[in-house]
Amino acid sequence: MSERIVVDPITRIEGHLRVEAQMEGNQIVSAYSSGTMVRGIEVILKDRDPRDAWAFAQRICGVCTLVHGLASIRSVENALSYPVPKNADLIRNLMAGAQYIHDHVMHFYHLHALDWVDVVSALNADPKATSELAQSLSSYPKSSPGYFADMKKKLKGFVEAGQLGIFAKAYWGHPAYKLPPEANLMAVSHYLEALSWQRDVARLHTIFGGKNPHPNFVVGGVPCAIDLNSDSAINAKKLSQVQDIINQMKVFVEQVYVPDTLAIASFYKDWGSRGEGLGNFLTYGDFPSNGMDDPSGFMIPAGAILNRDLSTIHDVDMNAADEIQEYISHSWYDYKDGKDAGLHPYDGETDLNYTGPKPPYEHLDVEQSYSWMKSPRWKGHAMEVGPLARVLMLYANGHEQTKELVNMTLNTLDIPVEALFSTLGRTAARTLETKLFADAMQGWFDDLIVNVKAGDTRTFNEVLWEPSTWPKKAQGVGFMEAPRGGLAHWIVIEDKTIKNYQAVVPSTWNAGPRDSNGQPGAYEAALEDNHQLHDVNQPIEILRTIHSFDPCIACAVHLSDEDGEEIIKVKVR
Amino acid sequence: MKKDLSLNDGTPTEGTTGSGTLGESLRSQGVSRRSFMKFCATTASMMALPPSMIPLIANALENAMRPSVIWLSFQECTGCTESLTRAHSPTVESLIFESISLDYHHTLQAASGEAAEAAREAAMEENFGNYLLVVDGSIPLDNPGYSTIAGISNLDMLTESAKGAAAIIAVGTCATYGGIPHANPNPTGAVSVKDIIKDKRIINVPGCPPIPVVITGVLAHYLTFGSIPELDHIGRPKAFYGQSIHDRCYRRPFYDKGQFAETFDDEGAKKGWCLFKLGCRGPTTYNACATTKWNNGTSFPIESGHPCLGCSEPDFWDGGGFYKALSMPTEDISKTAVYTVAGAAAAGAVIGALNRGKKSNSDKIHIKTTIDDLRK
Repeated sequence: MSERIVVDPITRIEGHLRVEAQMEGNQIVSAYSSGTMVRGIEVILKDRDPRDAWAFAQRICGVCTLVHGLASIRSVENALSYPVPKNADLIRNLMAGAQYIHDHVMHFYHLHALDWVDVVSALNADPKATSELAQSLSSYPKSSPGYFADMKKKLKGFVEAGQLGIFAKAYWGHPAYKLPPEANLMAVSHYLEALSWQRDVARLHTIFGGKNPHPNFVVGGVPCAIDLNSDSAINAKKLSQVQDIINQMKVFVEQVYVPDTLAIASFYKDWGSRGEGLGNFLTYGDFPSNGMDDPSGFMIPAGAILNRDLSTIHDVDMNAADEIQEYISHSWYDYKDGKDAGLHPYDGETDLNYTGPKPPYEHLDVEQSYSWMKSPRWKGHAMEVGPLARVLMLYANGHEQTKELVNMTLNTLDIPVEALFSTLGRTAARTLETKLFADAMQGWFDDLIVNVKAGDTRTFNEVLWEPSTWPKKAQGVGFMEAPRGGLAHWIVIEDKTIKNYQAVVPSTWNAGPRDSNGQPGAYEAALEDNHQLHDVNQPIEILRTIHSFDPCIACAVHLSDEDGEEIIKVKVR
Repeated sequence: MKKDLSLNDGTPTEGTTGSGTLGESLRSQGVSRRSFMKFCATTASMMALPPSMIPLIANALENAMRPSVIWLSFQECTGCTESLTRAHSPTVESLIFESISLDYHHTLQAASGEAAEAAREAAMEENFGNYLLVVDGSIPLDNPGYSTIAGISNLDMLTESAKGAAAIIAVGTCATYGGIPHANPNPTGAVSVKDIIKDKRIINVPGCPPIPVVITGVLAHYLTFGSIPELDHIGRPKAFYGQSIHDRCYRRPFYDKGQFAETFDDEGAKKGWCLFKLGCRGPTTYNACATTKWNNGTSFPIESGHPCLGCSEPDFWDGGGFYKALSMPTEDISKTAVYTVAGAAAAGAVIGALNRGKKSNSDKIHIKTTIDDLRK
C-alpha cells in the first residue's frame, strides 16, 4: 500500500508549514517539507537606510524576536567596519542569551510537550504520588500534594466543562503516549508555570530594548544609555531588576526544565534511534567576548561537522562564493541561470514564481517546486543547524561543561552516544544548552558591572552614524547563533542605501526542500529515518520529529534581491 | 445558555444560570469568588470604568458558556501571539482556561493537520453567528499561492471564517493596515482585514506587535460587554489609542524646554531628554505605550532610549527613515526655549500650538508635516 499523507497546518510552531509523507505500509519512505507563506521582506528592504534595516528584518519573526534585528545591525557594522563599545556587546549577549532561555523553555512546554504529554491522562493522576515524583526529581518548591491536587482540580473542571479549546481534537489516548498519569500531571502543571514565568523573564528585553516582543536595537551600539545618577537610564535599580531576572531564569532551568526533560526522555528512549536525518552540522559561532572580529573569543565556536565525524571540524567562510549557496530547484523562484544553479547570498536573485497547484489543493507536485523556502547548502552539503549542532560543536571542541552535561544525560538515561543523533538527542541538546546560557548570563552581567564600576558607561559609538562618513560601496555579513541555529544576513550598501539584502536563516537550513541533486533538507531526511506511523490519521510521530527542530517558518521563507554589482569585499574573519 | 455575542447596544446580555456556565466552571476549578472579583476589578480599571461596573462585569462573565474564539494567522511573524502570551492581566491562561474557548490557534492548539481544521470547522458550525474571529497577519491578493493553510488560500479562509463571526478583532499592524508585507513595493499585494471584509464590525488593534495587555484588554471589553468599544476614525479603541505617545510621554517637559538627546549615549540620552531629534514618532503616534508601558509596566521604547517607531500607525514602515526627525522646526524650538521661568512657560505654549497643528495634519493625511503647514 502506498499513500501520501498530508499534515497541514503543522501547529505549535512559528509560521506556516506543511509536510507531505509518502508511505509504504506504515513506514515513511519519503517526506516533503513546504513553507506555504511568503512576504518578501528582503525586497521591501531595498533602497532603504541601512540603519533602519534591523526594524524590518526583525519582523521576519516575532518568536525568535530580536535575532534578526541583531544579525541585521551586525551586517551593517561588518560592512562599514564599525566597532561597537564593549558594553554594547555585553548587553547584546545578555539580550540574546535571555532569548535562548525564554524561547527554549516555551518551545519545550508550549510547543513540543504535548507530543509527549497526554493532558487527559493527567486526570487519572494521584496528587500525592505526583508530589513524590516531583520531589524525587527536583528541589523546586511548588511540589506539594496540595499544589498538584489544585492543578488536577483545575484541569478536571476545564475538561468536564466540555469546552476543550486549545486541547480539542488532539491525539489524547494514542498508544504513543508513554508517560504515567503522575508525570503527565506534573508536566501539565509546569506548562502553566512556564507560561507565567516566561512573561516575567521576557522583561529583560524590555529593560534594555523598551519592549518585548520586538525590542529595539541600534547600529553602532545599544539604544539604552547607562548612568547610575539618572532616573531615566540603565541605573542601579534597572541593573538589580536584570539580576533578579537572571536568578529567576537559572532557578527555572535548573529546577524545572532540565529535570523535566530527563524525566520525560526516560520514557521515550526509543526516540534516540530515529529522526537523525543528515548527520552534517553547521555553526556560525557567536557570543563574543572581544568583538565580532575575534572568533577565538566566541562562546559558541564556528565550524562544520560532516557525517557525524566529530574529530574533524571544517572552517566555514561566510564570504566565499563557493561555500554557502542557495538552490531553488524545488522552490517557487526562478534564477537567470536556470533552476539548478546555486548562488551565494551576495549574488542572490529574485524571481517570485508560484507554480504550485491552484488553491484549494490536495497535494503538492513534489517533482517540481513545492515550497517558498530555498535550499541552502554548504559546499554542496545539506546541513543541520541549531542546538544539536552547537552542543556537538562544543563537545568536539572539548568544552568541559558541555561534556559534563552530555555525559550526565547519557548516563542518567542509560543510552549510547549515538542517541544524540536523533529526535530525542535534538530535544535534549536544546535543554542542555539552555543550562549553558543560564550560567553564561551571570558572567556577562558581572562583566557589565565591572565596566560600569570602572567608569566605562559607553554604549554607543557615534563615529560612523552619519551616512556621509560611509564609503560609496560596501558589503558585509552579520551572523549569529539564533536559538534555532546559525543565522546570517548579507547586506550590500551603495550610495548610503540598501542595494541588496539577503537572509539565510536556521529554519531554511533545516526545513528547506530538496536541491538540484535531490538531496533532502534536514526535516525531510529526519522523517525518512526510521519512522513508522501507528495510525496514519493521527501522525503524532511526524509532529515529534518536526517539533524537535523547533520550526520557525516565517524566518525560513524569504526572498533575495536583484544581484549586486562588483563591490568592495569586506573580509569577515 | 450560550452567551449571545451578537452585537447589541452595549448592555451585557443576561444568560441563564445552569450547568456549564463560566461561573460554575470557575468554582469547580477552585477559582475563588475573591480572585474572580479581582479579575473583574482589573478589567474595569483597565477600561477606566467606575467601581460600580464591577458587579455587572462579574455577572456577565459568570452567566456565560465560554465564548468560542477562532484565531487565524496569515502573513505574520507570530509576534502578536507572542505578545498575547506576555499579558500580565488578564493573562492568556486566565483567558483560555476561564473566559474564552480558544478553538483554533496555530501556535497554541494541540491538534495539527486535519484535526486542527476539523476543530475550526466544528467551532464555526456550533457557534455560527456567535463566535469571535481574531486575525493576525495580512492577506496577499496578488496570488492565492502566496499564502495557504491546509491548501486553502488566506482570502478564502478569511471570507469563509468571517461569515459566522459576531465580530472581528484584527490584531497587529499587518491585519489592521497591511503592515510590513504591505510596505513599498508590497511584493505580494498584501492587504488588511478591513480591505476584504465589509459586512462585519471590525476592531483594529494595531502595533508591531500591540501591547500585550491591550490585546487581552480589548478581548475582555468585548467579552464583558458584548459590544464594540468606542473606536477612533481608523477603527482603534479610544481607551488605548486615544492619545499620542508624545502627549503622555514623561520626556515631554524636555521637549517643551528644548532639551534633546543628540545621540544615543550623550548627556541628553543619559538624562532622559527628548528623543525628537533622533527621529521619535511619538508626536504622530497614537498608542498606550507611554501610560500602560510594556511587560507589566517595566519600560517602553522611549524610556529605554530608542525613539518611537510609530508602529501603531498605518504605513509607518514607509514614513521616512526612522532616525530622521519629523519635519518640525527643531532649530527654532532650541532657540526659542529661553531658560527663564517665564520664558520656558512661553516657549512651551508656542510649541504646544505648533504640536497641535502638526498633529491634526499628520494624523489625517499621514505625510510629513512641513514648516509651511505649521505656519498656516
